[in-house]
Amino acid sequence: MDLLEFAKGPALQVAAYILVAGSIWRFVGIMLLKEKPDYSEPRKSAGILAALKVIYTRSFSAAPFKRATMYPKMMAYVMHIGLFAVVFLFVPHIMFFEGFLGFEWPGLPNSVIFFLAVAAVVSGIALLVRRLTNPVLRLISNFDDYFSWLVTILPFVTGLMIPVRMGVRYETLLAIHILSVALLMIWLPFGKLGHTFLVFITRGTTGMVFERKGAKT
Amino acid sequence: MKNRPTVGEILQAKGVSRRGFLKYCATTASILALPPSMIPRIAAAIENTRRPSVIWLSFQECTGCTESLTRSAAPTVEGLIFDAISLDYHHTLQAAAGEQAEAARHAAMEENDGGYLVLVDGSIPLGNPGFSTIAGISNVEMLKETVAGAAAVVAIGSCAAFGGIPGADPNPTGAVSVMDLVKDKPVINVPGCPPIPMVMTAVLTHFLTFGTIPDLDKHGRPMTFFGTTIHDRCYRRPFYEQGKFAKTFDDEGAKAGWCLFKLGCKGPTTYNACATTKWNSGTSFPIEAGHPCLGCSEPNFWDRGGFYEPLSTGHFGSGEKLAGAAVAGVALGVAAAAAGRRRQAKFTGEG
Repeated sequence: MDLLEFAKGPALQVAAYILVAGSIWRFVGIMLLKEKPDYSEPRKSAGILAALKVIYTRSFSAAPFKRATMYPKMMAYVMHIGLFAVVFLFVPHIMFFEGFLGFEWPGLPNSVIFFLAVAAVVSGIALLVRRLTNPVLRLISNFDDYFSWLVTILPFVTGLMIPVRMGVRYETLLAIHILSVALLMIWLPFGKLGHTFLVFITRGTTGMVFERKGAKT
Repeated sequence: MKNRPTVGEILQAKGVSRRGFLKYCATTASILALPPSMIPRIAAAIENTRRPSVIWLSFQECTGCTESLTRSAAPTVEGLIFDAISLDYHHTLQAAAGEQAEAARHAAMEENDGGYLVLVDGSIPLGNPGFSTIAGISNVEMLKETVAGAAAVVAIGSCAAFGGIPGADPNPTGAVSVMDLVKDKPVINVPGCPPIPMVMTAVLTHFLTFGTIPDLDKHGRPMTFFGTTIHDRCYRRPFYEQGKFAKTFDDEGAKAGWCLFKLGCKGPTTYNACATTKWNSGTSFPIEAGHPCLGCSEPNFWDRGGFYEPLSTGHFGSGEKLAGAAVAGVALGVAAAAAGRRRQAKFTGEG
């Protein structure tokens, strides 16, 4: 078994098992937690609309913080849009998903994906530089922040290396790329990258709690 | 060997013009990535070399490699070069049979001791010597005996180079490659199922010209022909970059000649000269004919997943195992939540 066969086979298999088990573990563990007892009268009914509202409004900076958060917000958007496009709109990746989903969707030309991937890496580096240079951010950052950044950026970098090649064989680079994705899959449920499947649940919960307390959302 | 005519004399007798001969030398220099200044050296070497003795051994194979050489559409200069070597033993092509054939092999080995080339097609079964024999001699025995006095060995085709189809899982005959057995002689692998004729002749020309073996990659293949992937030289590559793929063999994409990656093309991981040297006197190659590359010049190509499965396909194991992981996740989640609830109760003082 060569490196590519190992990456596409056992490595991806183990990563998939850990991703599935870990994600469900965290999701079920959180959903089954008991709600805090609330002894006050609700100001407003905390329905699903309140959750949806905050899911939407928290996608943008609040007016007073707009100026201060413009730069990181922009960078984060570029990174996330790039991440989405590269993962879901690069045709070979669509084929990867089609392999187990059984259906496909239209993709983008490689040149567009290449551009978005580079933009995502650049914005990721910009965000890391900000984290390292901003004293407050640096103080509240821990291993999870840095490791999550690393495992997110690695698949981009290894993927971008495939067309560039730099004297390394295609199948070796492809194997390294798949292994870096496997690492991301393994880490995803356990660290802050859990926001991939928790972001809208936590944001919606915040919305419902705030609505109940009568806070402006 | 001393009495044999030179290659140049043979080509002249066959009616090959000086222009045609130099054209062949220039082409060979070009495909071997040699500078134009080497053309006279190649010409001189080929012209003045005595017909080298070549012993061709066919073991567990389908004769496709020999067919590849002999089924060229028209007699080509490289075909004549092959005529110009002294093919002293080839049990498919030679007229002699039985003891006469074996006598020819022994005579060639004795006359050219230390200087002849051994070309092998087919893998060698080690499971049982009786699985494949020639004149009652097992393949492994014949290989060892013949290679002992050879200058170099060329493994022709993927079976000889890597075990090929006979060596595919479950490998019922215990098939191995030439390089698994020959450790004390230079071995050049020219894999492919079958290999490109021009590649075979160019490797021989290199040996005739320089008396050395060409630069080889990690699989023992000449870098000149196996240095880049088919994908890198494929004329359909622009469609790959544009994200245009044929989805079936008869859809609009297939008719428009789009990339065959989605139909399982192994071009990105296959190192060979098919896309540049092509087949049938440069007519086309499998991808040009509308079929994805099978990756036949790579080790274990038969066991590397489905031929029509895209390279990007991952193997997640069985659905049952994934479902098992999901059930394990639910169990862990319930246990974690129960522990969390106990902690909550402890802090809030609720039972």
